[in-house]
Amino acid sequence: MERMPTWADVILTPLISLALAFSISALVILAIGESPAEALKVMVEGALGSSYGWGFTLYYTTNFIFTGLAVMVAYHAGLFNIGGEGQAAMGGLGVALVLLALPWPHWAFALPAAAVGAALFGAAWALIPAWLQARRGSHVVITTIMFNFIAAALLNYVLVNLLRPVGSMDPASASFAPATHLPKLSDMAGALGLEWGENTPVNIAFFIALAACLLVWLLIWRTRLGYEIRAFGKSEPAALYAGISALRITVLAMLVSGGLAGLMAVNNVMGEAERLVLNAVEGAGFIGIAVALMGRNHPFGVLLAALLFGFLYQGGGELALWTTIPRELIVVIQALVILFTGALDNMVRMPLERLFAALRRKGA
Amino acid sequence: MSLMKSLLAGACLTLLPMAALADPALIFDLGGKFDKSFNEAAFNGAERWKAETGGSYKELEMQSEAMREQALRRLAQSGANPIVMTGFAFGEVLNKVAPDYPDTKFVIIDMVVEQPNVQSIVFTEEQGSYLAGVLAAQASKSGTVGFIGGMDIPLIHKFECGYAQGFKAAKPDGKIIVNYTGTTPAAWNDPVKGGELVKAQISQGADVIYAAAGGTGIGVLQAAADAGILSIGVDSNQNHLHPGKVLTSMVKGVDNSVYEAFKAGADVKPGIKVMDLASGGVSVAMDENNKPLITEEMTAAVEAASKAIVGGEIKVHDYMTDNSCPVE
Repeated sequence: MERMPTWADVILTPLISLALAFSISALVILAIGESPAEALKVMVEGALGSSYGWGFTLYYTTNFIFTGLAVMVAYHAGLFNIGGEGQAAMGGLGVALVLLALPWPHWAFALPAAAVGAALFGAAWALIPAWLQARRGSHVVITTIMFNFIAAALLNYVLVNLLRPVGSMDPASASFAPATHLPKLSDMAGALGLEWGENTPVNIAFFIALAACLLVWLLIWRTRLGYEIRAFGKSEPAALYAGISALRITVLAMLVSGGLAGLMAVNNVMGEAERLVLNAVEGAGFIGIAVALMGRNHPFGVLLAALLFGFLYQGGGELALWTTIPRELIVVIQALVILFTGALDNMVRMPLERLFAALRRKGA
Repeated sequence: MSLMKSLLAGACLTLLPMAALADPALIFDLGGKFDKSFNEAAFNGAERWKAETGGSYKELEMQSEAMREQALRRLAQSGANPIVMTGFAFGEVLNKVAPDYPDTKFVIIDMVVEQPNVQSIVFTEEQGSYLAGVLAAQASKSGTVGFIGGMDIPLIHKFECGYAQGFKAAKPDGKIIVNYTGTTPAAWNDPVKGGELVKAQISQGADVIYAAAGGTGIGVLQAAADAGILSIGVDSNQNHLHPGKVLTSMVKGVDNSVYEAFKAGADVKPGIKVMDLASGGVSVAMDENNKPLITEEMTAAVEAASKAIVGGEIKVHDYMTDNSCPVE
């Protein structure tokens, strides 16, 4: 089979998949007696029509960049890390422990420490499945997904029994000290004299996410470790023959992956909630899988896909608020996007490839 | 550039009609709108206001703990006023959000939040539960009754403690079996586990079971009705769920509170509002569904107890004042 031009591979295919997903969503919305055009308008206006909407869209985007990058790095090593959910939750615990343990004088000191805590806890949570995979052959898909449940149960225990302040009924940690609150993008805009995104949660972690995209790109395509990860992912026997240690690459790739997932907590726990609550991850770990697949496992693609899912998340919330379309349907729309861009990718790709091959023959 | 400007202006214009709305709003906590209990009582109050005034209101159902702040901010941003929320779990979030929207009035049920634009509505559940305990003591043949709580928090211990006090006052040598469904908000919506707990309590001899567990209570009432024992509903009047099988319901006037907050609109008075037995904030439900179960002695006992509570001769201990209960 001849290859398609790159632009068709990275732009046309996802766009067609998206269009298919949206048209089927439109049919579903029609079927329950609502107007798809109206729904789209509410979503676009709610997510992109004001700086307020953008503030939330970018906040979700930040979450999805971290989890998307996490899935991506593991994928390059041929590992399917479905444990982003649990790793991000543990990252939250790391952030909370760091911020509650010491009286931080300023967020600029607290941020690196909290980020290290988040990455360490996330990475540690990925370490055990990685080791089990490399040494015992327990499949990482099974173990990481089981670790999600263990993380949820562990957080439950910690929040109810250990971190809950005396006298509080809510299973959540105490609020972090005001000095550790991260600057919001709206504050930064305010410092420049602009009024942008008042009362929205998007914060400095967004820039950390952008930097993470760049660093992951450097790691995968510009370092020796990245080369080893890719070689191992492409062909394990060939990598072994070349003297690459399976144990080392599996563990290192999963550590980076878990660390990235854990870093998400800097955004949602430290930046937004400013305390640790139950279910703080809100499914971002799983959305990261779709983001990585749709972004074709490239940091720039992950960034764009995260933006799309940020839009879907925020627009979906607006849909629930302003229309009678139930929230469950928004999950259906998200699922359709995941289905078409991830699982049914070849359904669009193969006819396209044939089409381009036919065009080329005609041209020749 | 000018195109950009006109686009922006257009976006602003289309947003304006939304912002101009001063509709009230209601946020349901985890457990869902149709839990036939706490949240549904709030929904009924809002619906009554809608039917009477022809107004409209915004509503949101929480799907996860992390969404609370965004939901609250979104509604405040949209100009909704007042914003009513059900459940203690909003306390911390509201404390953080309320100062950002000084012109919006917030009403929180079951929790006290001290902010100048917040009205906190709390109920004296211990008094209503006391009456439920009195009734349970009269109806129980085995002398053993059960209590099934939702999430294990002081608020629900308050129900349990009031119930125990009423029961022990009428039957000093009786026994109470207590179980909680869980330690997280998911415990409000686990009817299967509620049903399992009923079976466990029946095997220990309980023949009247009081459920203070939100949506989980539906499973408790169902399992009790299936096993042929009596149950006591909570928050809403749940007597009709299994006519002749539900002894009574400890009704909290959540519907009235929501109705009154909506009616007052932006003029809701900030501060703490205590809804007690005397003001009709809590009561035990008597209707045609449980009429065959209620004997004259029961009616007399309940009336005597409520008179004594209102008059101050019986002081029902509130668990939350010192996190302890005088009876076990």
